Amino acid sequence: MTAPNTHTVECDILIIGGGMSGCGAAFEAKYWGQDLRVVLVDKAVIERSGATGEGLSAINCYMGQRYGWNTPSDFVKYVVNDMMGLAREDLVYDVGRHVDASVHLLEAWGLPIWKKDNGEYERIGRWQIPIHGESIKPITAEPARKALGDANLYERVAITHLLTDAEDPGRIAGAIGFGVRANTCYIFKAKAVIIASGGASNVFRPRSTAEGLGRTWYSVFSTGSAYGLMIPIGTEMTQMEHRFVPTRFKDGYGPVGMWFQYFHARVTNALGEDYTVTRAEELQKYAPYGLAVPTPTPLRNHQMFLDVQAGLGPMYMHTEEAIQHLSGGDPTKLQKVREEAWEDFLDMTIAQAMTWAAQNIAPEVTPSEVVLAEPYIMGSHSGEAGAWVSGPGDLAPPEYFWGYNKMTTIQGLFAAGDGVGAAPHKFSSGSFTEGRLAAKAAVQYVQDHPAMPTLAPETLSQLQTTIWAPLETFEQYKGVSTADEINPHYLTPKQGLVRLQKIMDEYAAGTSAWYTTTGPMLQRGIELIEMLRADLQHLAARDLHELLRCWELWHRTWVGEAHMRHLLYRRETRWPGYYYRADYPNLDDTHWRVFVNSRYDRLRDTWVLVTKPYINLVQ
Amino acid sequence: MPTYVDPQSCNACAGVHQGPLCVYICPNDLMILHPDLNKGFNREPEMCSECYACVKLCPQDAIGVRGYADFVPLGASVQPTRVEQGLRWTVRFRDGRELQFTYPSRSTPVGSSTLYADFTEDPVQDLRTQALAGDALWLGVDRLPTLNPR
Repeated sequence: MTAPNTHTVECDILIIGGGMSGCGAAFEAKYWGQDLRVVLVDKAVIERSGATGEGLSAINCYMGQRYGWNTPSDFVKYVVNDMMGLAREDLVYDVGRHVDASVHLLEAWGLPIWKKDNGEYERIGRWQIPIHGESIKPITAEPARKALGDANLYERVAITHLLTDAEDPGRIAGAIGFGVRANTCYIFKAKAVIIASGGASNVFRPRSTAEGLGRTWYSVFSTGSAYGLMIPIGTEMTQMEHRFVPTRFKDGYGPVGMWFQYFHARVTNALGEDYTVTRAEELQKYAPYGLAVPTPTPLRNHQMFLDVQAGLGPMYMHTEEAIQHLSGGDPTKLQKVREEAWEDFLDMTIAQAMTWAAQNIAPEVTPSEVVLAEPYIMGSHSGEAGAWVSGPGDLAPPEYFWGYNKMTTIQGLFAAGDGVGAAPHKFSSGSFTEGRLAAKAAVQYVQDHPAMPTLAPETLSQLQTTIWAPLETFEQYKGVSTADEINPHYLTPKQGLVRLQKIMDEYAAGTSAWYTTTGPMLQRGIELIEMLRADLQHLAARDLHELLRCWELWHRTWVGEAHMRHLLYRRETRWPGYYYRADYPNLDDTHWRVFVNSRYDRLRDTWVLVTKPYINLVQ
Repeated sequence: MPTYVDPQSCNACAGVHQGPLCVYICPNDLMILHPDLNKGFNREPEMCSECYACVKLCPQDAIGVRGYADFVPLGASVQPTRVEQGLRWTVRFRDGRELQFTYPSRSTPVGSSTLYADFTEDPVQDLRTQALAGDALWLGVDRLPTLNPR
């Protein structure tokens, strides 16, 4: 591999990631900043990139303000309780009050939303509306592409590092990365940067580890770069101990929301018992959250987990019971429900349709196994890991406000979607909305700070060497062994990924550890992940595709380390059903109804963890 | 559920300006042209999430999916065909049963989206407000809700 070409791009606003958040940011930035140069960079092609690329069968964040269904305040109360008392109310409210407009725009652009006879949107649950969403991503990407213009869209470029100002390490200056399909180093100089990249799948060892490694519940393309980019430059993060463990159809990880909320199906254990009934007492331990309706997601997991631990599995979703009940023996109704049931998978998790077909499962006849999946670290769905950002000026108390909505603790660095912490339940529509909010604030920031930051040339050449090092390492040492995969001088990205997943699974409360850990286990896990992070300097790549995998692993490893350090710091069990601290098994509102924040100090290679207050805003 | 390519049907998208469309679209950089066969090829099946982006786009219908070896019994298939603004799915069970479903994907033609039409927010005057572009037109309520910060 020869030395790369270097391509430098100067812009006002750089958007990293072209998923729902990034597309929203692009659309919004070009409205308020018509004269600004706004650039979006994505490691793939935005028509199908990001977590919604495969499609969706529902929009899970919609208030229905125009119908009088819900107010943003209702949404805040629901979200805070589902998160067992911890979410930033200013951030959740901000998404909630704007999200309906985003959904209406998506509909105007061509997203088919199910309608009732009276023309209102159909509803699955309180916040969920069903869609024919196979093409939600191309529908969202089209206006983003139009707004930016093709010349400002850099696709198949993977960003590896953020760049800070040569004079001020607390100010953003751009980003650097490489062409996935061209041997080119891309340097983006920008006055403001919006992190719109993804949360993290495949940090924990998944239940399927061979070919099925790609059948993660959350997108396998989402490699935690939102966090892996921000943490190393010292961005303050929040709630990195939080994870989401989805209950899903077993192995194919098809969605269950429609079955629970729209079809009202029951899940029972092998004895036919419904854990929400037999384990109802258990919720008392987690008052006040456990006593609210609906039961928080982690506690529903916890109830099911108690059954599984007691040897009462398999757990079955009774699709057959629900369909018979809904159709009442009417063949027309039966056909309609069957079509809706299969569309739920074919719109967004096609593997589950294949799993049903291959196991001869007709949902109107045969119940289907459900399972608690491996943990995921994310900020957009039911997870709340991410950056600690400023709230909006009219909502945020002084503790949560430093000038620009969605700006991180690095000047000029904004975040949206999975990148924003303590602001969960955004899903697709909320992430798109949060991208828009971040972009508008970034335009304000650029107007207030018109000077282009400076980049230190020696930093750039150092980083370029670092980014290309895995290719150099392979060239240097390939002659040492007859087997590419067995070489004492390096590890491959796949080998590094397996090592990360083993550490996380066994020490940080993964599936094989029954989601349980302790302080000493985490301390040992941190020792091992520090050695892994050091060993990543010896990654080898045979080509640009493997180089992409190397840097994805680097991002995932930062996520894993941050997760363990946060788990160690929070000495309670706040989210049973997601994880258990066996040494601190109780929820402790007196001491721990606070956010846990961390900052990595790159000069000293140390982490500082602190708590930040939870402030109630919605009465 | 990794994709596989039928070498008889694949023509490497001869004449398509974006090049082979599976290579163009794959969100995880998996599809390439096989160096010897010059046909579509999934180089890293364990990183394939069965998103079907390539299957839906392939002009030759040359791409199929074989369920993940970890847990999917043999003999089933799930295959889409493009219809106007939608997809028709054929689901074949292991025991030979076959189901067909047709679902819409979109309600407007590709390329027809409009930007900022009839938006009333002033990009200069309203820049420091909490309004997003188009809120007045699209929010569905008269006023953007707020809270009184304590």
